[in-house]
Amino acid sequence: MGYTLNFNLIWRHFDKLWGGLLLSLELAVISIAIGIVIGLLLAVWYVSAGRAVRTVIAGYVEFIRNVPLILLVYLVFYGLPTVVDIAYSAQTSFIATLSLYSGAYLVEVFRSGLEAVPRGQLDAGKAIGLTPWQRLLHVRLPTMLRITLPALSNTFISLFKDTSVASVISVPELTYGAQWINFNTFRIVEVYLVVTAMYLLTGYALLFALRLVERRFKAAR
Amino acid sequence: MLSQIIYALPFLAQGFAVTLWVSLLVVVLSLIAGVLMGVGLVYGPAPLRWAVRIFSDTIRGIPILVLIFFVYYGLPAVGLHLESFWAAVLALTLFKTAQVVEYLRGAVGSIPKGQSEAAMAIGLTFRQRLAYVIFPQAFRRFLPPWINGVTDAVKGSALVSLLGITDLMQAINQVIGRTYEAMPLYLLGALVYFAVNYALSLASRRLERRFSFIRE
Repeated sequence: MGYTLNFNLIWRHFDKLWGGLLLSLELAVISIAIGIVIGLLLAVWYVSAGRAVRTVIAGYVEFIRNVPLILLVYLVFYGLPTVVDIAYSAQTSFIATLSLYSGAYLVEVFRSGLEAVPRGQLDAGKAIGLTPWQRLLHVRLPTMLRITLPALSNTFISLFKDTSVASVISVPELTYGAQWINFNTFRIVEVYLVVTAMYLLTGYALLFALRLVERRFKAAR
Repeated sequence: MLSQIIYALPFLAQGFAVTLWVSLLVVVLSLIAGVLMGVGLVYGPAPLRWAVRIFSDTIRGIPILVLIFFVYYGLPAVGLHLESFWAAVLALTLFKTAQVVEYLRGAVGSIPKGQSEAAMAIGLTFRQRLAYVIFPQAFRRFLPPWINGVTDAVKGSALVSLLGITDLMQAINQVIGRTYEAMPLYLLGALVYFAVNYALSLASRRLERRFSFIRE
């Protein structure tokens, strides 16, 4: 084998990985927050809209879901500024991309959630004299959110992993930190072992925490 | 501008062929490995089950990009020298295998226990039980998500461009480097990926509907 593990250089540059992990989480949190807004608005619009609007929303969803994320990242960062007069940092551009990306997945999640709300609940809302807005806000959305919570946590965790693609436009998140150490110290196996452990621990900690939240909301009923 | 893109089309087509070739290899290899490991996960002795569980949960818990870099840069350090193409195929296959394991576990797990017991009662061996009783029934549960998952392999293959392999993604970037026509070329690329993956997801949906009339 002729390869001895030596983690000293990894610990010396650990701030690159730690800072990267925090940035990865930040990117995922901001993107899913914007994605939830996009997803909610479009899903509510979709279920009450006519055919033309539905086609446009479905087009957006299908486009995003069927194109590689890396291509979307390039398209927004390198492509868009050549045709529209905008300038943004790599980080802002990546957040925009990942928000649109998660939005497309969440439209689907919320749409099926809205359709899963039992008809009787809406009728009951109507019977006690709630306006359509009140029915949406106090009956349909809360029930839908409880139904979609598990899918929402799964989306968040996979977004956290997707933030690694930001490294291709040099956003200094965790994968970028790993490559930096890889190229500057050549402690290749060590750095990827450490980074793998960091992604795994964070991912499973998130999963555990989100499952607790889900259970809490279920108990409330 | 248009002439430059038309001029680049054969080059882009070559890249697309590489994308399809990588995807095909990954899909076939991961199907074989995933079904074997999935059977191990469901029917194997405890140590094998744990090994497959750890493999699957680890692989699915890290970004595919990290896995690609790990395999590509890490293998030579332990004395294994793979061409970048095969390193990429290996990494993507590992990733897809973990997915196939889960599809198989889900499909086989959905078959009622009584089926296995009945097969045992009439004296079928383990292999006969799998081949004549379990797999034919699990197949229709397995196929739709698996075909849908093929789109993940096609999309994931775009990451091999980062190892300098001239797939469609890399070909597009190279043509942009020459022509500076970023937007039209990225859109063209998006359209090609979209066409392939959308066709696959339609096929998956159609199969799901076709199988849905069967009830236990």
